[in-house]
Amino acid sequence: VTDHLASPSDLERARARAQARRAARRARVTVCGGTGCQAAGCREVAETVRREVARRSLEASVDVVVTGCHGFCEQGPIVVVRPSNVFYPRVTPARVADIVERTVVRGEPVEGLLFRDPVSKKRIAREDDIPFYSRQRRLVFAHNGTIDPESLDDYLAVGGYGALAKALFEMTPEQVIEQVDRSGLRGRGGAGFPTGRKWASCRAAPGPIRYVICNADEGDPGAFMDRSLLEGNPHAVLEGMLIGARAIGSTQGWVYVRHEYPLAVRNLGIALEQARAAGLLGERILGSDLSFDVRVSRGGGAFVCGESTALMASLEGRTGEPRAKYVHTVEHGLWDRPSNLNNVETWANVPLIVERGADFYASIGTQGSKGTKIFSLVGKIHNTGLVEVPMGTTLRDVVFGIGGGIPKKKRFKAVQTGGPSGGCLPEKLLELPVDFDRLTEAGSMMGSGGMIVMDEDTCMVDVARYFVRFLADESCGKCVPCREGLRTVLAVLERITRGRGRADDIDLLEQVGAWMTQASLCALGGSAANPVSSTIRYFRDEYDAHIRDRRCPAGVCKDLVTYGIDPERCNGCGLCVPVCADGLIRGERKKLHTLEAERCVKCGACYAVCNRGAILRG
Amino acid sequence: MGACQPPRSIDEILARHPPERSSLVMVLQDVQAAYGYLPVDVMERVADVLGVARTHVYAVATFYRVLSLEPRGRHLLRVCMGTACHVRAAQRILEAAERRLGVGDGGTTPDREFTLQTVGCVGACAIGPVVQLDETAHGHMTVPGVAALIEGAGAAEGEP
Repeated sequence: VTDHLASPSDLERARARAQARRAARRARVTVCGGTGCQAAGCREVAETVRREVARRSLEASVDVVVTGCHGFCEQGPIVVVRPSNVFYPRVTPARVADIVERTVVRGEPVEGLLFRDPVSKKRIAREDDIPFYSRQRRLVFAHNGTIDPESLDDYLAVGGYGALAKALFEMTPEQVIEQVDRSGLRGRGGAGFPTGRKWASCRAAPGPIRYVICNADEGDPGAFMDRSLLEGNPHAVLEGMLIGARAIGSTQGWVYVRHEYPLAVRNLGIALEQARAAGLLGERILGSDLSFDVRVSRGGGAFVCGESTALMASLEGRTGEPRAKYVHTVEHGLWDRPSNLNNVETWANVPLIVERGADFYASIGTQGSKGTKIFSLVGKIHNTGLVEVPMGTTLRDVVFGIGGGIPKKKRFKAVQTGGPSGGCLPEKLLELPVDFDRLTEAGSMMGSGGMIVMDEDTCMVDVARYFVRFLADESCGKCVPCREGLRTVLAVLERITRGRGRADDIDLLEQVGAWMTQASLCALGGSAANPVSSTIRYFRDEYDAHIRDRRCPAGVCKDLVTYGIDPERCNGCGLCVPVCADGLIRGERKKLHTLEAERCVKCGACYAVCNRGAILRG
Repeated sequence: MGACQPPRSIDEILARHPPERSSLVMVLQDVQAAYGYLPVDVMERVADVLGVARTHVYAVATFYRVLSLEPRGRHLLRVCMGTACHVRAAQRILEAAERRLGVGDGGTTPDREFTLQTVGCVGACAIGPVVQLDETAHGHMTVPGVAALIEGAGAAEGEP
């Protein structure tokens, strides 16, 4: 329990105590508690680690900590023994005793349980030597896998709230804004607006009350870095908001967080209570003249509420409908008062900038995009998870260098960036340096950092239809171009994927897309044409195959596909027989099987289990 | 949801939030969690206590996906349709669940055991395709896997 911190020296004393406590321990076993690892059974693993540590009476010298997401979700549940950082992937409770006995007690790695590099086939002991981690630059995520998100002491021990003290006692609000501005930080939520400029406008806006808002309504499908930051290091987000409050002159903050993220809601709530108890929220924080507190609001499951004006409407208890952009939220935001909204990752960057300075931060990245960016690398890729790299890293380095390429020897087809209204980038653009401006030039966008890898089995027309359907569902309906435009585009894409496309459909898609881009009220409609235009631009041949030849080359669009069994390849192993829910596959063992195609619902279950490629789809 | 127990009565729910319009979405979420849906008389009570028009409560109740005017099943089976799940064939998982339960997206089985819902993304993209049964996410889902999951949840319910 941390005492009430009434001054910067109180903070430093508390930090020294926390660090001394940590230094006195001989080891810290961190068990990843991210969503991926939870689904893989990490809770039982953590319990077993605690039991094995207790059985050896080591509780006083060994910390067992369930941390936030380590990022390497593919390998979960992950256990890392620190300070030596020996990394164990896919840990089961049965293996825990060995790890505790040999690595924690005797300080040696358990060779057979170590991560095996899929390329070199060599065992790698240390976390930092695994290519997935060694090719990253983890600044914002630096502490996610090492600290207990429920412990303020842990955050203090790694330097937490030092940047706040600096901003309160060594800098004027103007200097804080100047640092953030000069760092080149741009909003991580999607639009990439310069953060320092936003803060300066909000500070300059007239009115006695200003709000600081954290957008944690991470709605982009395929992105989960904000979730992981809030779950794994909530105090960092809070510290960023406090520094923002100091710079802008705000006394009240809000966090708007998705209700689909119960663990993030919980850990944030714990952090807020701890901060209040320690005097890091409330009146006269650390003895300064800053008074600030934060309220939490849970989102109602509407994608459009990630848009800043819709989010503020939702905070006011209204339906989440955006409004026209010419009225700026920095002047007329929540309850018509000046409001400064940034997303979770942006706030988490702020302590880093104040602590290490604008020059340090600006030395990372490209001309127009500074610092690092967290991407969620998912889809048809080996090493799925969260990766943090400097802005300007090429797509190839991310997808192949860190991600390890495509599984099952399939061919890379595209990587989709920028959320539902982003775009699909083809193989020939793999050398593209990833930053805000390059992605926009290529017809996609940064969005919040989702990177969904697609292989030869992905149909690009189906992908466009998928995004448009998502956007059509989530369009709030307030403005006509978005509401009716998306409906039209969806109808056209659906008929194309059903083999009823018309010769001039592509022209129609492009025309309606241009109208949506020009005339929509908010960014949802304004960027909704991207998934269609980027797939037409780079994968025109797939549209042609659907429209002209009534064929889906990837074998995805059901109406254009039939299933059958290749007599050359089927060896009668029988794997596919039980997975067919309708019992349509029959045959004697070790003899050619048959599939009753007339009643087949094309669920694809047989195709997925056959490891001889004997199920024909086309 | 989260660390605290859902409250049981409407008065208890209203007491936990300031009686102002900005509490509306949160209050309705708590009602949804406690009752499984938004009963009409409860919505009217919420309107009166928070001092907002009933039409406004109705507008909000029908805007947000998490809120429902119809009673939901004992189990909520959510199929993630996020992009990462989509490219790993989430559509087939959804169809398998629909076939197994005999209801479509948003439907509730006649015995009120299951409500089936799609969700834009549950943020567990690395382990897709994902199905969330009540509060637990299940990764690397397959067509036979989702049928087994439904079977298992139904069977557990049938035990004395």
